Amino acid sequence: MKVTLIDYGAGNVPSVERALRRLGAEVETTNAPETIAKAHCLVLPGVGHCGALVNALDTHSLREPILHAISRGAAFLGICLGLQALYESSEEAPELRSLGILPGKVTRLPETVKLPHMGWNTLKLLRPTRLLDAIPEGAYFYFAHSFAAPATGPATAAVCEHGREFAAVLEKENVWAVQFHPEKSGRAGALVLQNFLRAAA
Amino acid sequence: MSLAHRIIPCLDTDGARVVKGVHFEGLRDAGDPAELAARYNAEGADELVVLDIAAARENRPTFLETIRRVAEQLAIPLTAGGGIRSLDTARAVVRAGADKVTVNTAAVERPELLRELSAEFGSQAVVLAIDAKRAGSRWEVRVRGGRDATPLNAAEWAQRGVEMGAGEILLTSVDRDGTQSGFDVELTAAISKHVSVPVIASGGAKLPAHFLEVFTHGAADAALAASIFHDELQSIRALKEFLRANQMEVRLPC
Repeated sequence: MKVTLIDYGAGNVPSVERALRRLGAEVETTNAPETIAKAHCLVLPGVGHCGALVNALDTHSLREPILHAISRGAAFLGICLGLQALYESSEEAPELRSLGILPGKVTRLPETVKLPHMGWNTLKLLRPTRLLDAIPEGAYFYFAHSFAAPATGPATAAVCEHGREFAAVLEKENVWAVQFHPEKSGRAGALVLQNFLRAAA
Repeated sequence: MSLAHRIIPCLDTDGARVVKGVHFEGLRDAGDPAELAARYNAEGADELVVLDIAAARENRPTFLETIRRVAEQLAIPLTAGGGIRSLDTARAVVRAGADKVTVNTAAVERPELLRELSAEFGSQAVVLAIDAKRAGSRWEVRVRGGRDATPLNAAEWAQRGVEMGAGEILLTSVDRDGTQSGFDVELTAAISKHVSVPVIASGGAKLPAHFLEVFTHGAADAALAASIFHDELQSIRALKEFLRANQMEVRLPC
């Protein structure tokens, strides 16, 4: 399985690459628009500030190639900020327009809890998703974020809660996304990546 | 659904090998960092911290290679630090495979460093390490491995650090470090209740009850220990089973 890993300078690119290679994937890291437009299996990682991701997409002219690949039916996996970028916009960078594949806006988690939401948390499954195949209920995943997507929406397959509920796993046809870091989530995380690779095959 | 309390082994290294010793004296070899990392990853550690505690850090390339070797073994987050004084060094540490960087003395000397790091990597990647020593009814911040006093109050410095961009506080009790007499619960509670970010308690761990106490009464979000794990005095899995039996939310790996 060949995976095109979008490298726009995000901190977690090497660890996502390592995790995919451990599963036997052939990984191509790139920021070349033409390569991304033609990809069959795309992964958009991200960690840090949402504005940095959206700006990087525009700096490298990656917005259209990503949307083009998705509309062609390429399997897509967004990780952390890669999930948040699928919505229309984010409160973290209100002046910027995100990819807008899903309706709604990413907002800051409430101040009633410690932020960032940092550490291992569990999921509440709303509907079946291939990403969570064979993963036991109650499995923990590693989160590190202060902003989060709305809980409800047509693509939300599982939610997590920290101060409020938010979308943790998305599935919409050939588009998948997770708010947690599968590359840092031990065996459960490796299973999520493996499920994605199977769904993409 | 609720956030699990984290158990974090710490590898103090001289750049290349894991070392141990009380208050940086009488250091002795405690193993290969990559081998220990692989073991902790398999045993259910929630994160790993690797520090370069060598007094003279002329061996930076060696430490970066150690980070690379450790990261290769992990499917959990990695924090690295020790002598990070500039954004350039932090970049090299992140490129070598660390998910978070930890800073201590350099942030005390130049707090702006925290802002630079969080602007570059996001605050979730910036861990402010504070070495605190009791001074009457308060705790003073110590630097240079706990040796040198500063005029800073630990609670105020923690708060300021968060405002400057730290996403997490790694709080070490200088009084308890190396004593195995339990975490400083009072210190941990004072800081944890004072800041809006997660706090990792460190210094003094030996028994499972010490961890339970620092999570319940100390309001710690995570707890860090070194030698009790290296010496196999305490297995991570048994520790977590004890905590779960005491109604603490912990992650037992599947």
